[in-house]
Amino acid sequence: MPVIEYIDAIRLAMKEEMERDNDVFVLGEDVGLKGGVFGTTKGLQLQFGDQRVIDAPLAESAIAGAAIGAAMAGMKPIAEMQYSDFMFPATNQIISEAAKIRYRSNNDWDCPIVIRAPIGGGVFGGLYHSQCTESVFFGTPGLKIVAPATAYDAKGLLKAAIRDPDPVIFFENKKCYRLISDDVPDDDYIVPIGKANVMREGSDITVIGYSMPLHFAMQAAEELSQEHGIEAHILDLRTIQPLDREGILEAVAKTGKVLIVHEDNKTGGVGAEVAAIIAEELLYELDAPIRRLCGPDVPAMPINPPGEKHYLLNKEKLKAAMLELAKY
Amino acid sequence: MKQAGSVQQTHRHIALGLTDERAVEMYKTMMLARRFDERGQLLQRAGKVNFHISGITQEPSQVAMGFAMDLKHDWFLPYYRDYGFVLSLGMTVKELMLSVFAKGEDPNSAGRQMPGHFGSKRLRIVTGSSPVTTQVPHATGFALAAKLRGEPSVAIVTFGDGSSNQGDFHEGCNFAGVHQLPVIFVCENNQYAISMSLDKQTRGRICDRALGYGFPGIRVDGNDPLEVYRVVKEARARAVAGEGPTLIEIMTYRVTAHSTSDNDMAYRTKEEVDLHRAKDSLPVYQQYLMDAGLWTEEQEVKLQADIRATIDEGNEYAEKAAFQPVEDAFRYVYAEQNGEGQ
Repeated sequence: MPVIEYIDAIRLAMKEEMERDNDVFVLGEDVGLKGGVFGTTKGLQLQFGDQRVIDAPLAESAIAGAAIGAAMAGMKPIAEMQYSDFMFPATNQIISEAAKIRYRSNNDWDCPIVIRAPIGGGVFGGLYHSQCTESVFFGTPGLKIVAPATAYDAKGLLKAAIRDPDPVIFFENKKCYRLISDDVPDDDYIVPIGKANVMREGSDITVIGYSMPLHFAMQAAEELSQEHGIEAHILDLRTIQPLDREGILEAVAKTGKVLIVHEDNKTGGVGAEVAAIIAEELLYELDAPIRRLCGPDVPAMPINPPGEKHYLLNKEKLKAAMLELAKY
Repeated sequence: MKQAGSVQQTHRHIALGLTDERAVEMYKTMMLARRFDERGQLLQRAGKVNFHISGITQEPSQVAMGFAMDLKHDWFLPYYRDYGFVLSLGMTVKELMLSVFAKGEDPNSAGRQMPGHFGSKRLRIVTGSSPVTTQVPHATGFALAAKLRGEPSVAIVTFGDGSSNQGDFHEGCNFAGVHQLPVIFVCENNQYAISMSLDKQTRGRICDRALGYGFPGIRVDGNDPLEVYRVVKEARARAVAGEGPTLIEIMTYRVTAHSTSDNDMAYRTKEEVDLHRAKDSLPVYQQYLMDAGLWTEEQEVKLQADIRATIDEGNEYAEKAAFQPVEDAFRYVYAEQNGEGQ
């Protein structure tokens, strides 16, 4: 099984789905010959032509809106938002339109659209090239939201998203693009939407999260195991809407101590909902208060290196929080 | 053919490619829309329904639009005053009544949405929402799909003058212009966005904005339905020939308040409204048909009786019809497997 980079897994998913289904096409800013600002769509226009890999004018609401129209007409568009920071002009199209088309038409119309948007910092992107915007869309019924942490899941979840009959936002982590590589089968597989994944088995504490911070948790868990004999159980949500309630409860019940992590800021984040689910269902099985380790409640991270580093999660922050929880 | 030397009068509708039957059918649809609209207002004032939003005096141009399109292949993205438009596309009074009463059988939304939020896949009428202008980029997307699939479909989208100021109008037009898509953008300029008169919204002519997107923009008198028909038909021909989009600005006037929740006398005068009401093209078009020998007083009497019966029947049916069961109220957030609830 070849080891490939996270970004290549995303591209491979699009390539395979476009080969499989003529209705699948990509539109976005700079997605054509340039292959996107990160290179995610590199080579796709050469293979599929400019009719199926469409360089769209710089106008996010039209990218989302035209994709929504094409999806209602029976196509399977993949709309690329250059950065999740820039998708807010498309928010009305995503929340008022895509999310509600099936419901408001009583199932007469549907909107099988995929919106890909890079999230996350650590690339010296400053305030507007670093944000995690998932909490803006989280809690909007009608949308599905996925955020893979591994190359394997990136390919499998994107293929699932493209085949899904409903709108799916695919939040890809830009720090993961080149940093994360893992085994990705050449063959056709999907990772089901709505299913969390146990990344590491453990019996002392549970860490629940999604996207990039899970890699810090994995590194910290190895050190805690070697240095303190603490075994962390790590759950990757993979899909943040709809949340895998059973998966969450099972992972928490395993240890009775839970730390929820994400890079998006703490207040009103996905972690708040995860914590609420645990509190509703498992409060009396907990051996410690629910902990959250998240981005700070400031508008966004600064570009200056000390400021960015101070903002972001890392292995050390995870390790300290996990150790503290284990000792509780 | 008449003898050489005599002058043969060719009626306008024939010159435009409309048969006598179609020209008469247009009139019947306009009148049906008018009477339906009046009934909707009455029902709201009588407390039978919660809300009505009117398109009175805009119907002749709306119907003309519908008649200029290909119902088998085209896509229709109406806005909330388009009763005349959707009736010309095959929606029935009974279906509209079910929507007005918000009943379960309403094909537009099963009584989930306000009246005037049209949608019917069967009729290729695309589901719409309340935040205005979102349908404009959708029309661009439908046209994009038609182009990608090589289908002879044209998307036609309508919106008000207020909507022409939204970003989605500009973004949707620009995208369609760049990609030369088969789409017709129709601004039904009734000169008011709720209380905001046109001079508070724009200094220029809305049709002129097409210049900036690189396609034709045409202003047409909404009180001349045959001219509206001609302009839309030509725009459609350009679209299917691969010549790209057209922006059409239909000049009309909103003679009713914005909706049954609005008192328009707070911001305009009765004299102004009366002036425009007098320009109503429905009687003008009726007279045209009479002058052409296609319509008589007797036919008019019969039409009014038929329409009354159709509306009464739809009204009665919808009033008695059931609401969507509350057990189904939360269905279809997502696709359901095996047709069962989640």
